[in-house]
Amino acid sequence: MTRRGLVLQLAILAAGVAAPFVFPGHTVQLAVLWMMILFAMTWDTVGGQMGYNSLGNIVFFGFGMYVCAVTQIGMVYDVAKYTAATGAIKVDLTNREYFDGLALGVVFAALAATAVAAILSRILFGLRGPYFAIGTLGAAIAAAELTASWSYVGAGSGIAMPVFPGGPGERERFFYFTFLAATVLCFLFLRWLYGTRFGLAINAIRDDEDKAEALGLHTVRYKTIAWCTSAFFLGIAGALFGNMNGFIEPLEVAYPTLTFGIFMVAMTLLGGKGTLWGPILGAVLFYAIQQVTWTYLLGWQYIALGALIIVNVVYFQQGIMGWLKDRKPKWFGVRVEAAAGDDGRGGS
Amino acid sequence: MWENLQILFSAPIFNVQLVLNGLMVGAVFALIGYGLALVWGVTSIKNLAQGDFVMAGGYGAYLFSKHGINPLYAILPTALVMFVLGWILYRLIVRRVIQLDLFTSLLATFGLAIVVEQALNLAFGPDVRTARSGLPEIQMLGNTVTVSWIKLVSFGLCVLLAIAMVLYMKKSRMGQAIRATAQDPRAARVLGVNTDRVYALTFSINAAICGAAGALIAMIWVIQPFYGIAYSVRAFVIVTAAGLGNLPGVILTALGLGVVEQYSGFILGAQLQQATVVTLLLVILVWRQVLLFRQRKALQ
Amino acid sequence: MSAPIIEVVGVSKSFGGIVANRDVSLSVAQGRITGLIGPNGSGKTTLFNSIVGYHPIDSGSIRFEGQEISRLNVQKIARLGVLRTFQQTRIFSKMNCIDNMLISVPHRDSELGDMFRPYQGALRDKAEHLLEFVGLYAKRRLVAGTLSFGQQKLLEFAMALMNEPKVLLLDEPTAGINPTLINGLIDRLKRAHSEFGITLFVIEHNMRVIMNLAEHIYCLSRGELLAEGPPEQIQNDQRVVDAYLGVH
Repeated sequence: MTRRGLVLQLAILAAGVAAPFVFPGHTVQLAVLWMMILFAMTWDTVGGQMGYNSLGNIVFFGFGMYVCAVTQIGMVYDVAKYTAATGAIKVDLTNREYFDGLALGVVFAALAATAVAAILSRILFGLRGPYFAIGTLGAAIAAAELTASWSYVGAGSGIAMPVFPGGPGERERFFYFTFLAATVLCFLFLRWLYGTRFGLAINAIRDDEDKAEALGLHTVRYKTIAWCTSAFFLGIAGALFGNMNGFIEPLEVAYPTLTFGIFMVAMTLLGGKGTLWGPILGAVLFYAIQQVTWTYLLGWQYIALGALIIVNVVYFQQGIMGWLKDRKPKWFGVRVEAAAGDDGRGGS
Repeated sequence: MWENLQILFSAPIFNVQLVLNGLMVGAVFALIGYGLALVWGVTSIKNLAQGDFVMAGGYGAYLFSKHGINPLYAILPTALVMFVLGWILYRLIVRRVIQLDLFTSLLATFGLAIVVEQALNLAFGPDVRTARSGLPEIQMLGNTVTVSWIKLVSFGLCVLLAIAMVLYMKKSRMGQAIRATAQDPRAARVLGVNTDRVYALTFSINAAICGAAGALIAMIWVIQPFYGIAYSVRAFVIVTAAGLGNLPGVILTALGLGVVEQYSGFILGAQLQQATVVTLLLVILVWRQVLLFRQRKALQ
Repeated sequence: MSAPIIEVVGVSKSFGGIVANRDVSLSVAQGRITGLIGPNGSGKTTLFNSIVGYHPIDSGSIRFEGQEISRLNVQKIARLGVLRTFQQTRIFSKMNCIDNMLISVPHRDSELGDMFRPYQGALRDKAEHLLEFVGLYAKRRLVAGTLSFGQQKLLEFAMALMNEPKVLLLDEPTAGINPTLINGLIDRLKRAHSEFGITLFVIEHNMRVIMNLAEHIYCLSRGELLAEGPPEQIQNDQRVVDAYLGVH
């Protein structure tokens, strides 16, 4: 890593740590910003780096959220009775009980989401290109609809999450820092991962999967692990978001295909897919625009979102990083031949 | 759930009702599926906004009935408006993504789907609507089976429209150009076919078909801005099961889908309808993939 | 004649109603260069695809070092040491040449943990050495998609060598290459064979090339084996001449 890169990253981290104290009124929005960055980075692992465009990564987020909720409640109460009362039951938890439950819930959420990704890999990775996108979209819709009719987890009326034991402002700050930690961890992990053989292998799968198979790569193994990595972090994000939100339900909070589910894709495309920093840049920009304009659009938000996606893919599909790469290839260490017309003898 | 299943066995006449309803609705599904297969085969664009076009058409019929005009008269104007809309959308958006990779075009139509859906929501609100045709109902088999006239009319119109489409594709010059482009766009271009116009026309024809189908749906069933995605999924179920350029297959799958949905709606309840359709899509995708896997290929 | 490394026995393959291979039997001798010729559409590439597991065969048996491989898929066969190059050259066009080489390291005994290791210096040295061998060393940092067609072909060949196969199946290695460069390529193929001890099985249209290169040649026509023998014998076989002239 260059010195400049290290300084930049430390500066971002410092800003991240300071932010909730500088803007105490916006802690939740800032926490969601980190979640958006995590969304975009994990989408890019499979969609950008490996070329498998998923429209259903939100499944892991929602699944993690529900697994965490059931774990937390199940530790102290009967889940079916709790959800049947739709929030009428309040369970008083000691600090110890709450944080034990949360910690265990997050761990279970991450593991369960990873397991779901492993199963879905078996089912869906025989599909390529648009079929994969449609299949994953179908999986996301199915997950939302099935959860909405499963009364054990509260069906469509959802679950009221255990109440955070701290005073005012502490809850927001606590979840802000857990989101910050999860996202930084995710970034460090992915940066390391892309630097190993694994990174090159998933790029090879994106470029030409048949050729990769012909060279003997364990393509199924790589694809499964890539998706499981995404799912692991998305499961954590889902668990945290459910608790930060205080209330979870299937269609709008856990499996929102039309908001978070499509944001993941839009943010990554905006920033430039297949790069480490593109998704981060895209997420920050997208979220900033969304926060500023969303409330002023008076019901037109989703039309604006759809229009943004269209404009993005039609006119600016290489994204910010891709655009920079085209203009300034040297910044990215890419070399292209200056003049064509070489006859194949190469450097001999 | 079990009680409903028992009813089907103890009172078999219910089966007649379910199958009849399924076939009537399935005929409309066939139109939507055919439209998707047409665009898919010719332009290779997988239109995720298919169902939202259908809903847009449905609101055309709803507007007519709201102003006291029989919605049956709405079919033609709605189809025409959707045709023009399709042309505009082609010029503005689809044309620019047609040469790009398939995910880009899929995502562009997904964006389009969101825009149409939300625009309908703004214009008409999220309530479930229907367009009353005012046609009577027929009681059959000793008043146990009910068939409304509008469903029969709708079925007949679907058949007519399908025949018209087949004749147009077979006989007309433009239809032949469309089929040629579907087979090999480069060869068609070399032979003097204006493929850009073919693409525009195909996309617009599909929008018009969706418009007409939507108007029928509004009369025989219900519409709502967010039901669009379910119709898109249905269309994908039909096309992935039947394959492109297989009209008998499209019709059979669509009718079958209509019947299956009626049964699942009766047995599992209406709230699981969307889940059923989506699960069916996954099952069909996996089934096709397993078949291909034996040939050591992937579905792409 | 040395022991066969690949044995194809009675292999048939048809697509729909079209028979691409009918009851083809041949063997590739260990440590030799074997040629496969035949007019267009005679089923050469289909046979290659069958051997490397690209599609299942209808009947017959394919053995590699005595092991039945016709039921294995592409990756498994590649890991056993049977590698092919493509007629339409296939490389990873968005990666640079070094990365193309590194991704091609043999995956024969790679374990789960290996995928998370970086590439050691020794592998990079080997990649550079092989790029030098095919004459692409100076272009090693270029994005592979920007290379000329001939250079891409050389790169694909170098990638195949990086994979350390026991048998290399080359599908028309000289197709589309500037005729003045063909001799250099033949020379490299022969050197790869002698220096790295790789058995070669080559589909080739260019008669001069294959006669010069191969020690034993099989000729396919309309999906069936027409003739086999050493180059001189094939060259003078009337049936082969007829097949190429379309008398059949």
